[in-house]
Amino acid sequence: MSMKHVKTAKGVSRRALLKGAAGIAGAAAGSGAITGFPYVWSQEDKVLRYLGTAVNQSDDITKKVKEDTGITIQNIVATTDDVTKRVITQPNSFDVLDTEYFSLKKLVPSGNILPMDAKKIKEFDNITPVFTKGQLPNGKVIGDQGTAPKKVMFLEGEHSTKFSATPTEWVTLIPTVYNADTLGIRPDLIKRPIEHWAELLNPEFKGKAAILNIPSIGIMDAAMVVESIGKYKYPDKGNMTKPEIDMTMGVLTEAKKAGQFRAFWKDFNESVNLMASGETVIQSMWSPAVTAVRSKGIPCIFQPLKEGYRSWASGFCMSKGVTPKQADMVYEFVNWYLSGWAGAYLNRQGYYSAVLSTAKANMEPYEWAYWMEGKPAEKDIHAPDGSLIEKAGAVRDGGSYDDRMGNVACWNAVMDENDYMVRKWNEFIAS
Amino acid sequence: MTVSTASATAAKAAPLEAGAARKAIDRVGLPGWIQAMPFGLVFLFFFVIPLILVVIVSFWDYNDYEMLPSFTTRSYTETFEGCLTQLPDLCTILKTYLSTVKFCFIVWVTTLIIGFTVAYFLAFYVRTVTMQMVLFLVCTIPFWTSNVIRMISWIPLLGRNGLINLALERAHLVDKPVEWLLYSPFSVGLAFTHLFTFFMVVPIFNSMMRIDRRLVEAAYDSGASAWQTLWNLIIPLCKPGIVIGSIFVVTIVMGDFITFDVMGGEQIASAGKVVETRLNALQFPPAAANAVILLVVTLMIIVGLNRIVDVRKEL
Repeated sequence: MSMKHVKTAKGVSRRALLKGAAGIAGAAAGSGAITGFPYVWSQEDKVLRYLGTAVNQSDDITKKVKEDTGITIQNIVATTDDVTKRVITQPNSFDVLDTEYFSLKKLVPSGNILPMDAKKIKEFDNITPVFTKGQLPNGKVIGDQGTAPKKVMFLEGEHSTKFSATPTEWVTLIPTVYNADTLGIRPDLIKRPIEHWAELLNPEFKGKAAILNIPSIGIMDAAMVVESIGKYKYPDKGNMTKPEIDMTMGVLTEAKKAGQFRAFWKDFNESVNLMASGETVIQSMWSPAVTAVRSKGIPCIFQPLKEGYRSWASGFCMSKGVTPKQADMVYEFVNWYLSGWAGAYLNRQGYYSAVLSTAKANMEPYEWAYWMEGKPAEKDIHAPDGSLIEKAGAVRDGGSYDDRMGNVACWNAVMDENDYMVRKWNEFIAS
Repeated sequence: MTVSTASATAAKAAPLEAGAARKAIDRVGLPGWIQAMPFGLVFLFFFVIPLILVVIVSFWDYNDYEMLPSFTTRSYTETFEGCLTQLPDLCTILKTYLSTVKFCFIVWVTTLIIGFTVAYFLAFYVRTVTMQMVLFLVCTIPFWTSNVIRMISWIPLLGRNGLINLALERAHLVDKPVEWLLYSPFSVGLAFTHLFTFFMVVPIFNSMMRIDRRLVEAAYDSGASAWQTLWNLIIPLCKPGIVIGSIFVVTIVMGDFITFDVMGGEQIASAGKVVETRLNALQFPPAAANAVILLVVTLMIIVGLNRIVDVRKEL
């Protein structure tokens, strides 16, 4: 190739590039992306950046919000750990935050989030007492070990970083979704009833068990096992002392050395694949993951256990960086969220919604009976995307809302000794 | 690397052109440091400054939700906790590094053997340069897909109900599925070898292409056997390539945690994983401290390798 040839080739490409750039600039100006025209603002401005863990974030919800309120939701999806990291390090990168209650111990002291004013939440008084009082709507008190929502639900004041033991006007998180987690099993491969958490570490399932590789959750599953085998009774599984952490990790380490675990998992899909491929037959799992395995035609049960469930919950708050106008939009969005459509959408996936009455109004009676009352399905049960979940006649694993939420033993938590626990977890992995 | 191999072969063909280009630069007369500056600045902003920040942060204190700027060695003392008191039992960090270095060594041996063989075939058995280049490019095809996909594609093959176990059972070679194929040290080593052998092939092939063929002929004429030629002539002349390839493989394996996680079922400890766990728990100073320790250990290995062969002199 001669020098001359190279030169012309370059010249042409550069000119083409400039042309293209001008074109793009022109298009941007035309489309209104270049602002400076006041009357364009009001419409363009109704945008909320929504940081969350994907549980509540779906295109369906985004579309419906836009339709009903005109707010454009920009979803920012991250893992639980990364959501926390982002709130701490980049509080201006989102407007509305959807996070789990157990993260609050880290988030609230940072001062990077603002509580919500209960007075501006229309349905606040109808939020299930699971959050506000730690009881079922029928008054039954449920387990509150770990970071139970009622412990971290209220702040002493708008700019306080102290949790209030009694209800106040300032709510850390307006609840959106919660559930009761337990072990998932493959009944076709286990071929006998499973009733206790102890089965997770039963040598019968050597090389076929799995736990979550999220230290704070993994250790609580282990604690459920420890109590189940009668080795120890924790005052609070969600806030262990150092000796308790040592003892619990010891039980896990022993099991790991004996080859009990096939693998640890960290994300939803990993847990589905482990179970569906038969690598594991018993593992800690999430409800929609069990549904996902079943939708492949593989039998999988979200097994209720005698010792109860490990529960989790998440909710909405705002970034400290929102303008008053954005704050209004956040309230509009949260109020929309509790108004029923989204609640029904979540309930149909096997989660629970915060305001039961509005969700009920948005569900068919047979759907409500199957998902919430534990009755056999009158008709085929479909997921929000239309795929078949259960045929008529099926009963939900664990039964009704009261049966499942009523048997919650502990809540996902961040311990006071979190730093020590993480070090012990690394030791466990290295053993 | 492909550029340097290409230029290595091209250089022989057209030494004059290269000389002319050199003269052209000299005529423009830009001092050397200005020419080096763009890359130097990239290095400064994206390597030196972040590294200094990491070292600084590793000496900070922290709580559940923030870093506290002060000077403390807490992150280091807690990382090395029990290393003296637990003896003769190994402490966490030593166990972790033992595991990491073990994999490093295994992967180094397997990639070296396979990489050397492939390069040897390419350099000495393939006759035409065109064919050499074609086959060399064929080696790069796996790199068209991402690391993670190449890794995950092993899982359906090696799993309990995977293809290999299915084949073994059908052939009645085993009556129970072989469990150690997946989520085991074996699968981690296999994936690493699969992923990184190419990093050995390239520099070794490059070194081999520079060997003057007349030397090989001379050895043959002097009555050396094929084995003697390999051991006394080719391997010594390939040393720079071997060391460069080894540096690639060692540094990648030392810092890896995704392969360990995906193929080891998250049950195998690695130095990178400790950093990851700490980061996920928002404990940035101990994460930084572990990163610094990892860097020091890796540098020590590389310095050791450089002691064996002075790469700069050989190039």
